[in-house]
Amino acid sequence: MSIQVILAQALLGLNVGVFYAMLSLGLAVIFGLLNIINFAHGAMYMLGAFIALIGYSLLEQWFGISLQIGFWASLLVAPVIVGILGVLIERLMLKRLYELDHIYGLLLTFGITLILQGLFANYFNVSGTPYPGQPEALSGVVNLGFMYFPTYRLFAIVFSLVVCFATWWAIEHTKLGSRLRAGVENPDLTQAFGLNVPLMVTLTFAFGAGLAGLAGVLAAPIYSVSPLMGADLIIVVFAVVVIGGMGSIMGAILSGLALGLVEGLTKVFYPPAASTVIFFLMVLVLLFRPAGLFGKEK
Amino acid sequence: MLKHLKQGLASAVAVATLAMPLTATAELTDGKLKIGVLSDMSGVYKALEGPGAVIAAKMAIEDFGGSVLGQPVEVISADHQNKPDIGASTAREWIDAEEVDMITALDNSSVALSVQGLANDKKVITMNTGAGTTALTEEQCTPYGIHYVYDTHALPVGTATAMVKNGGKSWFFITADYAFGHSLRDNTGAVVESLGGEVVGNVNAPLSTNDFSSYLLQAQSSGADVIGLANAGQDTVNAIKQANQFRIVQSGQKLAGMLVFITDVHSMGLDIAQGLQFTTAFVWNQNDETRAWSERFFERHGAMPTMVHAGVYSAVTNYLKAVKETGTDDSDTVRAKLGEMTLNDMFVKDGSILPNGTMLHDMYLVEVKKPEESESEWDLLRVVSKIPADQAFIPLSESKCSLVN
Repeated sequence: MSIQVILAQALLGLNVGVFYAMLSLGLAVIFGLLNIINFAHGAMYMLGAFIALIGYSLLEQWFGISLQIGFWASLLVAPVIVGILGVLIERLMLKRLYELDHIYGLLLTFGITLILQGLFANYFNVSGTPYPGQPEALSGVVNLGFMYFPTYRLFAIVFSLVVCFATWWAIEHTKLGSRLRAGVENPDLTQAFGLNVPLMVTLTFAFGAGLAGLAGVLAAPIYSVSPLMGADLIIVVFAVVVIGGMGSIMGAILSGLALGLVEGLTKVFYPPAASTVIFFLMVLVLLFRPAGLFGKEK
Repeated sequence: MLKHLKQGLASAVAVATLAMPLTATAELTDGKLKIGVLSDMSGVYKALEGPGAVIAAKMAIEDFGGSVLGQPVEVISADHQNKPDIGASTAREWIDAEEVDMITALDNSSVALSVQGLANDKKVITMNTGAGTTALTEEQCTPYGIHYVYDTHALPVGTATAMVKNGGKSWFFITADYAFGHSLRDNTGAVVESLGGEVVGNVNAPLSTNDFSSYLLQAQSSGADVIGLANAGQDTVNAIKQANQFRIVQSGQKLAGMLVFITDVHSMGLDIAQGLQFTTAFVWNQNDETRAWSERFFERHGAMPTMVHAGVYSAVTNYLKAVKETGTDDSDTVRAKLGEMTLNDMFVKDGSILPNGTMLHDMYLVEVKKPEESESEWDLLRVVSKIPADQAFIPLSESKCSLVN
């Protein structure tokens, strides 16, 4: 087993890991503040990719607008649109369920997922449409010494890492972040200090959803855009969150990256186990450290 | 009173039913001929068969005059979504409720096997133009199942033989993880080994995989001379594109697309696909006859025909000929006639249908042209050599079909 092979698969694993990290980060933020297990997170990811695709190639055909939203603009537009959808979902639907058990939020968001998937499966083919808008500047290949790696994938890794750590820093080290954390710790007391907790909740949900949308745009040029792309990923991402610890921001990021790596390396040593190794780890974590590797026991 | 009325109605219906064959033509069991085109209309195989197959079937019927034995010929089509259960239930509905006389297309081997089995129970002819597995004419052959265009025996005979002879001794397979992929991998592996080559590894990838990168890197690290792609359609396109992204071919390994269609080459572009060798049953610009038909097809479909599209046209045409010549749509009679005919049209020269359902015809080893050699958007392939029918397909003497041996 050469070191080259291990490095190559590890890098591909990291490539997958950044998507795990971005998605589980959003899930963790939402769970931390809202106590909602957002099953629709995968659908938000899928939606982000579709907004990029539609913006790039279908605006004229569908709406008669001769406008093309390129990849770079999509990085901004898609998260905003998905974020606004997040606001609507939170304000109009999830808000009514806060008093109830977690399971109701999960069921609601699961329903939303199925509706969104069904809608897109109606208009797009299930096996995926390639995203044609990958920018020219990122279309080349970089020689890393141990392998050739597509420039775009490298960009996606770096960009996602920056977004993840910026989010972590904002939550841990800014005033807004400290208020958010206060809201998580004790909503009633925070509200008594004059902070608008419901607004914070809405914005947090929108942010988490937007993050998923952003991940979707980043994924579009690598994987084909498909109605089921989120459904394929969300289960793994839940496992990542469970391993990292529900509600732990850094835990979500680090476990996302680490599990991507583990998955990649499993492909070197025993390929058939690659798709299940994360769940195996999840079972172990649940048995021996139920709150997750980075979570605190309540 | 009500009882009488009911009885009266019942007997009226009975009389009407009895009278029907008298008013309709005597030859066709239900007064018309209906052909079902069951294909992947939305997934990975849409481009190679899908809606184009419906157009090809309609062209065949129009060229035949639109009717046979004085009755109109209809086409009905549906999407099997690459799911054997959906394929079988659609076929069942077609046969039971729509009285479909022949089912064609049927890409995806898993769907093909399930529909061919069902059609056999119902005594309906299937003329498979899209699926690859040899099981259709071997282990699971039926008296009514015909395999028309290519199979997983014919594909490697051309491609793998050529590659091994050019020094590609060790092979690593990336296999589509279902009936077709496994069948193609096993048959190709057998050809490679029979020529003194060796299979050094294999990895199974699910149907419609988007990201082949880690499979490709496994193939790369195996150090094999040739990476055999035992898959098809969009999967092959994705794998070849990504192999290019990771500079695998440039690093000295060769890619062997075991099942490649002209639509795949068109979608990859000549820059990426040039030099790729594969086996096909049809090249649209091979001669004046194929070119004339293909250009008519292009006008209606917007893309040049794959071998499957051309095969649907030929299959439907010859089925209609057999119905016309026997004067009936009875499956046993028509199937017997098809077995006696020598098939000649723009798709096939001197073809014949064996008792196990294999349609014997020549295949071609082709190579994708270099960008500077191509004269037009669809001028993509160069014929390297002809693979004679008796080499391409499994000889009857070696057949595992229960109808033969």
